[in-house]
Amino acid sequence: MKHIISMLMENESGALSRVSGLFSARGYNIHALTVAPTEDETLSRLTLVTSGTEQQIEQIVKHLNRLIDVVKVLDLTEGSHIERELMLIKLSATGDMREEYSRLTAIFRGDIIDVTGTTYTVQMVGQSQKLDAFINAIDPGLILETVRSGTVGVLRGEKCLHI
Amino acid sequence: MEMTGARIFVNYLEDEGVEHIWGYPGGAVLPIYDAIDTDAKKLNHILVRHEQAAVHAADGYARSTGKPGVVLVTSGPGATNAVTGIATAYMDSIPMVCITGQVATSMIGLDAFQEIDTVGVTRPIVKHNFLVKDVNDLASTLKKAFHLATTGRPGPVVVDIPKDVQNAKSNYEYPQEVDIRSYLPVTKGHSGQIKKAVEMMLAAKRPMLYTGGGVILGEASAELTQMTHKLGFPIVQTLMGLGAFPASDKQSLGMLGMHGTYEANLGMHHSDLIIAIGARFDDRVTGNLEKFCPDAKIIHVDIDPASISKNVMVDIPIVGPVQQVLTEMNAVLDKTDSKSDEAALAEWWAQIEEWRATDCLRYDTLGSKIKPQAAIQAVWEVTKGDAYVTSDVGQHQMYAAQYYPFDKPRRWINSGGLGTMGFGLPAAMGVQMAFPDATVVCVTGEGSIQMNIQELSTCLQYGLPVKIICLNNGVLGMVRQWQEFFYERRYSMSYMESLPDFVKLAESYSHVGVQIDDPKTMKAQLEEVFSEKYKNRLVFVDIITDKQENVYPMIPAGAGLNEMILV
Repeated sequence: MKHIISMLMENESGALSRVSGLFSARGYNIHALTVAPTEDETLSRLTLVTSGTEQQIEQIVKHLNRLIDVVKVLDLTEGSHIERELMLIKLSATGDMREEYSRLTAIFRGDIIDVTGTTYTVQMVGQSQKLDAFINAIDPGLILETVRSGTVGVLRGEKCLHI
Repeated sequence: MEMTGARIFVNYLEDEGVEHIWGYPGGAVLPIYDAIDTDAKKLNHILVRHEQAAVHAADGYARSTGKPGVVLVTSGPGATNAVTGIATAYMDSIPMVCITGQVATSMIGLDAFQEIDTVGVTRPIVKHNFLVKDVNDLASTLKKAFHLATTGRPGPVVVDIPKDVQNAKSNYEYPQEVDIRSYLPVTKGHSGQIKKAVEMMLAAKRPMLYTGGGVILGEASAELTQMTHKLGFPIVQTLMGLGAFPASDKQSLGMLGMHGTYEANLGMHHSDLIIAIGARFDDRVTGNLEKFCPDAKIIHVDIDPASISKNVMVDIPIVGPVQQVLTEMNAVLDKTDSKSDEAALAEWWAQIEEWRATDCLRYDTLGSKIKPQAAIQAVWEVTKGDAYVTSDVGQHQMYAAQYYPFDKPRRWINSGGLGTMGFGLPAAMGVQMAFPDATVVCVTGEGSIQMNIQELSTCLQYGLPVKIICLNNGVLGMVRQWQEFFYERRYSMSYMESLPDFVKLAESYSHVGVQIDDPKTMKAQLEEVFSEKYKNRLVFVDIITDKQENVYPMIPAGAGLNEMILV
C-alpha cells in the first residue's frame, strides 16, 4: 500500500543523502520525494511516497527515526490528512486542440500559465490521482514535457508535525 | 584558551579520558600528529602498520573494556583502508570514534591529492558521521561523536577534520553538555510490557532464553545470570553473546545457530516461548525463517526499536536498556505470587537432557593428525579457560566458539556480523593494550592471519605478548567445507599454496615461533607457550591440523533449526 511519510530533519548538508541512502541500502522504494526548508531555518521538511507491507513501513519509520539528522517522522497515511501535488505540463496546442485543452484544463480546475502559438503550459494542483487523470485524458503524443513536484501533505485538523 | 584545532583535538581526548589512540600518520593529519607530540600527556598513540588494523585494535580494546575505541587516520587511502574496520564495528554495534584527516576545505570537491568523500563513503557503515568545517565547532562535534558512539545502541562515529580546520585557532574549553535534539535513546523499558512478559514467562511450559551481544554491550551479565537462575530456564547464547552467562553453568545449552549445539537448536525449535534479550534474530541464528520456532511466542528486549520485528514478528516487544529491563524483571519476579509450572519445566528439562546426551561436539580423537577441536580444547585447558580470546573468521572461529567455553563477558572477541578475516591479530593488540598482564590469545588460521600479518611488527614495537594460535590446515577451511557439502567437492581457490614458514616469519620479527604437528606433544608444547618463560613474548604457534575436519553440527542454508547435520 502507498504511504506518505513526512519528516522534519536538520537543515544540514548530507541529511537528504542519509535518508535516500537508507532507502537504497535497505531496498525500500521511493516513488516521490520532496524537500525544502521550513519557517524554522534549522529544519527541513521532507515528504516521501513509498509502498510496502505494514511490516516494511514500520521498519522504514523505525530506521528513519534512527537517523541522527531526522528529528521527527510521521506516516501521514495513518490518519486523516490532506495531500497535494503540483504539476506543470507543456502541451502541443494547435488548431482545434487549443479550445479543447482550454476546456479540459477548466474542468480539472487547472490554469494555463504560459501560451505560445503552438503550445500551452498548464499548471495543476491536486491529489496525485487527479494529475494522473489529466495526463490520461490527453493524447500522449501531444505531451511535450511533464514535471511534478511530488506529494506534500499535512494532517487534517489541529494536529501538526512540529518539534 | 586559544589554540589550534589540532591541539583542541588532542586536549579534548585528554579531557575525555581517552587512554589509547590507534593510528597512522599522513599529509592531512600532520597538524594533529604534531599536537600529539607537543600536547599529549596521558594519551598514548599506537602506530600500526595498516589503517584497517588500527580500527580493529581500537575495536578489540572497546570490546574488552566497554570503553570507546579511538582511531586516527589520514584522508583518502587512510580513510578507505579504515572502512573495513569501521564496518566491522558497525555490524557488531561497537562504540568507536574514528577521526579522519581531510584535505583543506578550499580543496574539497576538486579531486585533490588524497581526497575522498569520507563522509559519503562511510555513511552506510556508521551510526553517524560529521565533517567539521569550522574550528569553533570542533570540540562540540567531538563531544557529540563520543556521546553518540557510547549511548543507546552503540556504534562507530566518524569525524572528518579538514587540514585547515586543524590549523585554525579557536578557544577551547571541554564541553560539559551535549545537546542533540533528535537523539534521545530510550532509558527505561515499559513497565506494563515487562509485567506482561514476566507473566508470560511464568506461564510457559517449554521456555527458552535466547541472549546475544546486547547483554554484553549493555553490561547486563550479572542481571541475566540472576534472572536465569531465578527462572530455572534453559539458556542459549549467540556467537556475539558468549560469556554473558557462564558456559559452565548447567542451565547453559551453549551456542545456537548454524554451528550451534544440538540441544540449543532443538530447544529453540520446540520451545513455546522464546525470551530474546539483546539479540537480533540474525539469519545465522534463525536458519530458514519459515521454519523458525513454529510453536513459540516471542518476547524481545532490545535497545533498538528497529531490531524488533525486523526478521521475526514479536509478541511482546520491550524497547530499553537490557540492564534496566532485566533489573526490573528480577524485581517483578521477586514480588509476584505466580509460580512457574514446575512439572512442565521438569519434563522440558528431561527432553533437553536427552538432546544434550547426543554429545554433538564429540569428535574423532584417534589418528595421527591434530584435530582442530583438540587444539582449542588444549588451549582452553592450558589457559584455565580464563584468557581473552580473539579470533579471525572461518572454521577456527567456530571451533573457538564451540570448544573454548567462556564464563565471563568481554572475553570472546570476534567479528560476528561482518565476518572480517584479518580481525583477530589487531583486535588482540587492542585487548593486550587494555590488559597488559592478561593472557591474550588470537585464534586464527593460515588464511586469516595473512590478511593483517604486518601487525607482527606493531606487536614488536609495543612489546605485546599476544599468543597466536594458528590452526594451519593449508586450506581455506570454511570455504572448503561449503564446497565439499554444496559444490560437489570442487575446491575452487580454497587451497593455500606457497605458505610462508610461520616460525621463521615470527622469528624475523624477533618473536617466538613454535610449530606443533604431533597430537602427542601438543599439550606439553602449549604448556610451554603459555608458561612464565614466554610471558612477555609474542609466540606464533603454528598448529598443523587435519584438513579433512569440518565444523559440526551444521544447519545448511535454507534449513530449519531442527534440520541439523550432526557429525
